Amino acid sequence: MINAIPLEYYLGLASIIFLIGTVGVLVRRNAIIVFMSIELMLNSVNLTFVGFSTYLGDTAGQVFVFFVMAVAAAEAAIGLAIVLALFRNKQTIYVDEVNVLKW
Amino acid sequence: MDLLNLVFYLFAIITVVSAIIVVTHRNIMYAAFALLFTLFGVAGLYAMLNADFIAVAQIMIYIGGILVLLIFGVMLTSNITGVDLKTGSMSKLQRWIMTVISLLIAIGLAIMYSTTDWVRKDIPEVNSTVDTIGNLLLTDYLIAFEVASVLLLIAIIGAALIARHKTR
Repeated sequence: MINAIPLEYYLGLASIIFLIGTVGVLVRRNAIIVFMSIELMLNSVNLTFVGFSTYLGDTAGQVFVFFVMAVAAAEAAIGLAIVLALFRNKQTIYVDEVNVLKW
Repeated sequence: MDLLNLVFYLFAIITVVSAIIVVTHRNIMYAAFALLFTLFGVAGLYAMLNADFIAVAQIMIYIGGILVLLIFGVMLTSNITGVDLKTGSMSKLQRWIMTVISLLIAIGLAIMYSTTDWVRKDIPEVNSTVDTIGNLLLTDYLIAFEVASVLLLIAIIGAALIARHKTR
């Protein structure tokens, strides 16, 4: 394929998505929305990996994307289990209302 | 503007707009469905980058697995009385710190992006990445592959253990 879309377009798009995810993690207080924002950030990093992997002709980048996906799946499962346990004990999923360790 | 550019911009706009909706919408359910469109957009971009295996894995793992799990989480935790509307009520200091951190990251990325001299390079011709990825996974990255599978097993057991009802 003859260089239809340059690599920097993909990288710029990935950095925009990463920034949106960062803002979500910092601003939102709902734990599930924070999870979704973390997924956004992981996706943007994956997009960067795949972009470089394709343009450099090295498939190892896509193997790493596969591992990132595995870790994201594990993180989502554990994170949601923690959120469920939190909701059962404290009836809230807002991260700033969880202040048991603070006095 | 040819068709390829048009498709790229379509996917890019879908991805960015729905990512903004994920972060800003007040209803968690709408945010979850916006995340669906973001993940589809990213999968389309993978397909445009000739990464067919990763595109399919994205749809199967993220949309079929993680997103469903997130929606389960939303349904199991939000109150039945209605939509959560609580945002805001952060202190002034917190707001300022968050704005400064976000701006710093944005400025850093913009500087990095604009000062790099980009090299235009042709994409090497590939037919399908599935063969190569399979070979790499079972030769060079075999230990990482096994560790990832053990990690997933531990995650399953741990999640079941944490989320289970205490019946004692």
